[in-house]
Amino acid sequence: MNSVVMPNELGTTDYQTELIAGKSIIQARDVDVFYGDKQALFGMELDIYENSVTSLIGPSGCGKSTLLRCFNRMNDVISTCRVTGSIELDSQDIHAPEVDVVALRQKVGMVFQKPNPFPKSIYDNIAYGPRIHNMTPSKVELDEVVEKSLKRAGLWEEAKDRLDKPGTGLSGGQQQRLCIARAIAVEPKVILMDEPCSALDPIATAKIEELIDELRQRFTIIIVTHSMQQAARISQHTAFFHMGYLVEFGETGDIFSAPKDERTQNYITGRIG
Amino acid sequence: MSQDETHTIDIIGKPSRHKIQEKIVTYFMLLCSSVAILTTIGILASLTFETFAFFQKVSFLDFLFGLEWSPQTALRSDQVGSSGSFGAVPLITGTLLISAIAMFFATPLGLLSAIYLAEYASKNVRAVVKPLLELLAGIPTVVYGFFAALIIAPFLRGGGENVGLVISSESALAAGLTMGVMIIPLISSLSDDVINAVPQSLRDASYGLGATQTETIKEVILPAAIPGIAGSLLLATSRAIGETMIVVMAAGLAANLTANPFEAVTTVTVQIVTLLTGDQEFESAKTLSAFALGFFLFIITLCLNIVALKIVDHYKEQYD
Ligand SMILES: Nc1ncnc2c1ncn2[C@@H]1O[C@H](COP(=O)(O)OP(=O)(O)OP(=O)(O)O)[C@@H](O)[C@H]1O
Ligand SMILES: [Mg+2]
Repeated sequence: MNSVVMPNELGTTDYQTELIAGKSIIQARDVDVFYGDKQALFGMELDIYENSVTSLIGPSGCGKSTLLRCFNRMNDVISTCRVTGSIELDSQDIHAPEVDVVALRQKVGMVFQKPNPFPKSIYDNIAYGPRIHNMTPSKVELDEVVEKSLKRAGLWEEAKDRLDKPGTGLSGGQQQRLCIARAIAVEPKVILMDEPCSALDPIATAKIEELIDELRQRFTIIIVTHSMQQAARISQHTAFFHMGYLVEFGETGDIFSAPKDERTQNYITGRIG
Repeated sequence: MSQDETHTIDIIGKPSRHKIQEKIVTYFMLLCSSVAILTTIGILASLTFETFAFFQKVSFLDFLFGLEWSPQTALRSDQVGSSGSFGAVPLITGTLLISAIAMFFATPLGLLSAIYLAEYASKNVRAVVKPLLELLAGIPTVVYGFFAALIIAPFLRGGGENVGLVISSESALAAGLTMGVMIIPLISSLSDDVINAVPQSLRDASYGLGATQTETIKEVILPAAIPGIAGSLLLATSRAIGETMIVVMAAGLAANLTANPFEAVTTVTVQIVTLLTGDQEFESAKTLSAFALGFFLFIITLCLNIVALKIVDHYKEQYD
């Protein structure tokens, strides 16, 4: 693997990896993010590869969630937040004026840290996205989408007899799978997950991890996690961040077995963070 | 282990002093809170007592279902002719008519301003508008009464004349509209709190699926906030039913049994005021009827408040 070493303002180095196997679907170039006057991300350069799981790791406050929220422009919702630089999805700049964020967010879905089902029935939770995007003209088709999404999220067996019951009545792990089903019901290309297992017990976590591995066949997944083991288990690529800078990016195996940067080394061995 | 063994970690302390202090503080606070509670009980007791006295003189059914209200009883025993009738129906319909007009007017305005404040307004706008609305709630109702009698009522009457409508100078409409203005801040401020209590995570979920702001408000936020909003509307209704000064000044004293908002009507509260102001013989049915009306009003608003608070509380718990 070839890497280009670039000095940055802090005098440290950024490693950029070229020629990782697979097709790149998202390219972030020179992305800076500000909250008011405070800069949270500095000159981010990152490629996300299709049909793979990319994990974003790093100490708390280093900007993982901020970067994740750039990819579907969820930062637009925060009035103080300003994003500069270019982020391309399938060779289109997502900040271009002709881009509709509604369409963007349909293609780039999101699963949050805390399961957040709507206080509606399980069925209506899944149907929410297809309905607002007018994806399913008939009830029969909508039924099919709901069933297919629940099956893909591994929740069908548990939920099929209680589709009309509130989604908030499920267990935490089931709720998170409901949220994943809700996200995949609109047929996204990319799914962003911000610490999706941090509120779950080990068994529910194992289920979600298994699910993520299956979902990789159809979707590109970017996941923020604080668990090194989780990143190592489920992701093909790993990016390590520190204080708003991307420190190192590469194939997960390489990052964990032979990190190039000392900070990465320290973090994965538990010395900083 | 023996009692007088010395311990290196001393946790025994001096119980007597601390306990006495705690007791004094506790009893003092108990005393303070019982003042309010005892007063309430006292008021309720006298209200109940006088209400019973009233129903010794006038039958309960006549009061509740009678269609005519003219509380003039004979002042001297040899006087004839006016024995008084105590049918509360016209007062109740008057009260309901005015409250309905007020709610009809205030609900959309209050709710929409709450949605605007909670979801659309920028920080700066919010910082100006919210205190202004709350200021509106602090205006003494007698000032609203003025406003109703001197500006709204003549305006409605003039406007009515122009289009060929007869609107009396004291009308349910004038009182209802003014009362509506008075309760807008109540509705908007309570609903604003309720809407703000809808967790940000639900908004994120909706935006994350590509919903627009309007879709998010319509499909997620309002449905989640509906129970709380219903509670705030009930509280506002109870406030409208109990409101006095505005109706005294704008709605009139005529106990008309009508659903026509252009006519003068009277309400339970207005009648209580007129029954008890001026020289009254305390034991007369006329005076006692005020207590019966007060009791009736108390029960209704109490029920409304309890239901409303239950709903609001339940709603808040749901998201804690
Ligand atoms: N809404 C916001 N307003 C202002 N500053 C923010 C906001 N969100 C994040 N920040 C700041 O941006 C920086 C990066 O935050 P971010 O949430 O992206 O970190 P993170 O890597 O996701 O951390 P964690 O692991 O704790 O979730 C932090 O310094 C944080 O204080
Ligand atoms: Mg985060």
